[in-house]
Parts: sequence; C-alpha cells; structure tokens
Amino acid sequence: MTTQSNVMHESPLESQPIAPAAMSATRPLYWSIRRELWENRSIYIAPLAVAGVALFGFALGSIAGIWEKPLRLNPAQPQAPYDMAAGLMMLTGIVVSVFYCLDALHGERRDRSILFWKSLPVSDLTTVLSKASIPLVVLPLLTFAITFAMQWLMLVMSSAVLLVRGLSVATLWTKLSFLRMSWLLLYHILTAHALWPAPIYCWLLFVSGWPRRATFLWAALPLVAIAGVEQIAFHTWHFAALVGSRLIGAAPTVASTSPDMFPTDPMTHIAPGTFLSSPGLWIGLAIAAAFLAAAVRLRRYQGPI
Amino acid sequence: MTVVEARGLCKAFGTNIALDGVALHIEEGRILGLIGPNGAGKTTALNAILGLTPYQGELKVLGRDPWTERDRLMRDVSFIADVAVLPRWIRVSQALDYVAGVHPRFDRAKAEGFLARTAIKRATKVRELSKGMVTQLHLALVMAIDARLLVLDEPTLGLDILYRKQFYDSLLNDYFDRNRTIVVATHQVEELQHVLTDLMFINRGRIVFSCSMEEFESRYLEVMVNPEQIAAARALKPMYERQVLGRSILLFDLKSDDVDRQRLAALGDVRTPSIADLFVAVLTNKPGNQPGQVQVQGAAQ
Repeated sequence: MTTQSNVMHESPLESQPIAPAAMSATRPLYWSIRRELWENRSIYIAPLAVAGVALFGFALGSIAGIWEKPLRLNPAQPQAPYDMAAGLMMLTGIVVSVFYCLDALHGERRDRSILFWKSLPVSDLTTVLSKASIPLVVLPLLTFAITFAMQWLMLVMSSAVLLVRGLSVATLWTKLSFLRMSWLLLYHILTAHALWPAPIYCWLLFVSGWPRRATFLWAALPLVAIAGVEQIAFHTWHFAALVGSRLIGAAPTVASTSPDMFPTDPMTHIAPGTFLSSPGLWIGLAIAAAFLAAAVRLRRYQGPI
Repeated sequence: MTVVEARGLCKAFGTNIALDGVALHIEEGRILGLIGPNGAGKTTALNAILGLTPYQGELKVLGRDPWTERDRLMRDVSFIADVAVLPRWIRVSQALDYVAGVHPRFDRAKAEGFLARTAIKRATKVRELSKGMVTQLHLALVMAIDARLLVLDEPTLGLDILYRKQFYDSLLNDYFDRNRTIVVATHQVEELQHVLTDLMFINRGRIVFSCSMEEFESRYLEVMVNPEQIAAARALKPMYERQVLGRSILLFDLKSDDVDRQRLAALGDVRTPSIADLFVAVLTNKPGNQPGQVQVQGAAQ
C-alpha cells in the first residue's frame, strides 16, 4: 500500500458521487439479508440437498415401476408421494430454522465480527429484522420454491414412466391437479410454517443474543422447566403440546389434522378467514414481536464475547 | 468544529471503574494518540465515543449522542476495532458489496484502487488472508468511506513492523486531510510519534496528561548526562531518570523555572524524548495523579 496514490488522492469530499441522503431505508435491510445468506449457506444448501435425495428416491421407485406395477401408486391418492416429499422439505425447513436462529445473534459475538457490523450505519433493528426474516420469510418461500420444482420433476418422471410403459398420462394429470396442490402448499407453508411458529423462532433468536455459550441449553431449559412445573402441579402437558404444535405447524387452528392426511390435501386446511381471525395467531405474533423488540435492545448492549 | 466533546464521562463494570470523569475535547483535523497501559480505559473510552457502550456523563460526537444514535453516527464515523473483527467467512468481493450496499458514503472504486496495490484477490475469503492482509483489507474499506472521524483501537496489534509502517503511511498519505479527525488508541507508540498532532495519556480511567505535539517537542527534553555532571543535573529536579548502558538519561520539563535548553545542553547530549519515555515518566512519577486537572486539547487552545 505504498506506491502510486495520486489517482486516489484528489479531494475525497468532491470525489464522492453518492449523496448521503440518497440511500433508501430498505437497502441496509436487503443487504443484511444477503449477508445472512452468504454466511449461512445451509439455508439453501440443506433444502436443495434434501430435495435431491427425495428426487433420487422417487427416481429409483419410478424406474422399478417400469417393470413392476406402474408407479406403485394408489390411484385414489395419487398425491401421496408428493405430500411425503413436501413434508420432508418442511421438516428440513424447521430444522434449518431452529439451528439458524440459535446461532443468529451468537455467531457475530463469538467471532467478534459484531464490531465490524456495528461500525457500519445499520441499526440494531435492521439487523434483527434481517435475521428474523430468514425463518419467517426467506426459508418458507425458499422451501416452497424448491418443493414446487421438485414436485414438478416428480410429475415429469412419473409421466415418462407411464409413457415408456405405453400407458396414458391423462389419469395422473387429471387426478393430481398439480396447480391446486401447489397453491395449497404455498398457503400451508406461509400459515403453518411461518406465521404460526413465529413466537418459537423469535424466542430462539432472542436467546441467541443472551448467553456466552450453549444457546441451545438456554433456549430449551426454560421451556422444559415450564412443562415440568405444569406436569408436577397439574399432571398435564398443555405447554409442551402448545410449543410442539407451534413448532411443527400442526394445530387445530392451522389444519384440521387427521394423522393419515398430508398438508397439501385440501381437507386438512381451514379457511383463511378462520385462521386470520383466530386469537391464537395474533397472541403468537404479539409474543414474537415482543421477543424481537427484546432482541433489538439486547444487541445494542452486547459486544464480542 | 468540535468532533468529540465529553465531560465527566464515567463507566464502571461492577466494582471496576473503567472511566473516572474523563473530559475530552477533540477538534477537527487532529490526529490524537490515546496512550495508556492495558486496562487503562482506552477501549472503554473509544467504545463510548462509538456508541458501543452506555455511560454516565456528557458526550457528544459530531453533535450527536452516540449511544442513542449509533447507526446515524456511523455514516460519519468509521472505526477499526482491532485486526480480528472482519468476519472470517466473508469473501473480499462480498465485503465490498456489503459496505457499498449499506454505506451511503462508501466509494467502491476507491477501495478497489487501494486493494489493487495489495496482493489481495477478490475471491479470497478473509480466513485465507494473512493477518497483515486482513488489516490492509479493513483499511481499504475504511479509507474509501468519506467519514469525518476515524477511530482506531490498537489497529496494528500483532502486525510486523513493515505492515505497521505501511498502515500509518497509507493513513497519512491517502486518507488524512484537514476535514478529517483520527483518534488512535494504542500502546505501540514507536511508529506514531511523527504521525500524531496531539497526545493524551490515560491511566486508571483518567486522563493524566494531554498536550499537542508542538508543545511536546518544545517543552520536554532528554539529556544524556556526562557522568561527572550528574549531581548538578539531578539538582535541576528532572521529571524522571533512567539508566542506559551505564549512562544516566534525565528527562526535564522546560516549563519548570530553573531549567532552560542551554543549561541542559551544557550537561550532556540533549534530544527530544520519545513518547514512550515521557509516558513512563508521567505514569511512574505521579501515581494517582491530579484527577481534576485535565488539560484541554492543543487545538482548542
């Protein structure tokens, strides 16, 4: 850094092309979210890998189906393998979200990079919102997009097998109603896997900013303690059931669950109106907002560990 | 234009008092060296200025309260906390993208220009760079930000002498001008002597000494006393005496009544002391120090 610097050295104030006020408020948020994706590549690698594995399994089954009975499909429920694959993707989304949240505000303190992030004009609110948007917005949309592509490939594979066997694809295509299945999947992911578990993810995010180590322990212990006290005092498991159903996105408010039905089945869904007017949703979102506000305040005080 | 104005700045961590009524007044266009031993309160003072830690007392940086307005303040303030704060997973190109994305006063072309003079490649991750290169990268990012105040906390810690020299050369030649202000906290003072315009010693949370470098050079004198004149020299009440290779070196404050340059020159070889020597003299000579007597920065006088 010693030689030829004249090009750079003309008055730095005048050489500044961008006006300070020209930056929009959403730009720091956009770049902060991109930053999260750079750092946590598992956000998209994990769902892609799982989709790849699911496709591989389906391909094996399809190839076997060329010689055996076609597709081993139950003609009454042609969507069953699609639902199974979608369920796998949603489970992946939950696992990635939990691990992401537990490290979200901890990693930057552990590697001291918080001092770098805080040296830039990005508020603690923007940072926390960008991190919360990963499990609440980015991962649900990504899960949907990857699942959609995966299911489309599955449909293409099944059709190819049918054609090879000299059978008609018409039955499959009419029975499956791919488009409706996809819309229902999107609806299910946004309600059951983004809005409904929001308080759980925001709780994990908040806890990740607190302890010096063992974030998982600190996140889990209070929940276990509350469940334990409830069990000892009242011999019930309501709290544990509540947390569990929030996390896996299965509750009467979200879906009229019956064990043999998968999320993309239209019967498992309740109307958007009922969902949006359920007090449980709004109480959960209020709790999520409170945890986020606490996380913003916490980040202001926290430095490297 | 006052860049930093602090009065009665206090901060305690439990029973440990990190800042004990610090007053600061830093004018635009100065390069202030904040020198102190480990645990003296340097980093705490800088963290307060940067809005990284809450504090008691009055503090205004560029007219703003750093604790409540950190994100707004960081448009005009840059800092390098120490060599290890760039995230290890980030690529050089991503670091450029990100800073360009969030900082309205970042000049990407300028940063690219600085990087072109180094061996750093765009696709490299920070974890693959040497410690000196990470500092070069951080410096390139910071120097491309058109900030009014640059805060450096031990920026060259762990770097070899070559990188340290380059670091300060770049700052002086490519960055500093009369509109900018630099505050450096360090205990590696050798390379800084000819860089600073102002000097401040901090110890146990208090500013124990403060002067401009012009004052420093005209006021303090070190004499390597001829052995036969040592008694006469000691009679002039030096601030501090040390032995080097069997010779006595006495440090004098020319402001005191009975010494002047000519008289000292008659006793042996005279020269301007190093900052390190004055630092040792001030800290060992006045334990406890006069707490209220905090001098105003040279530029403000």
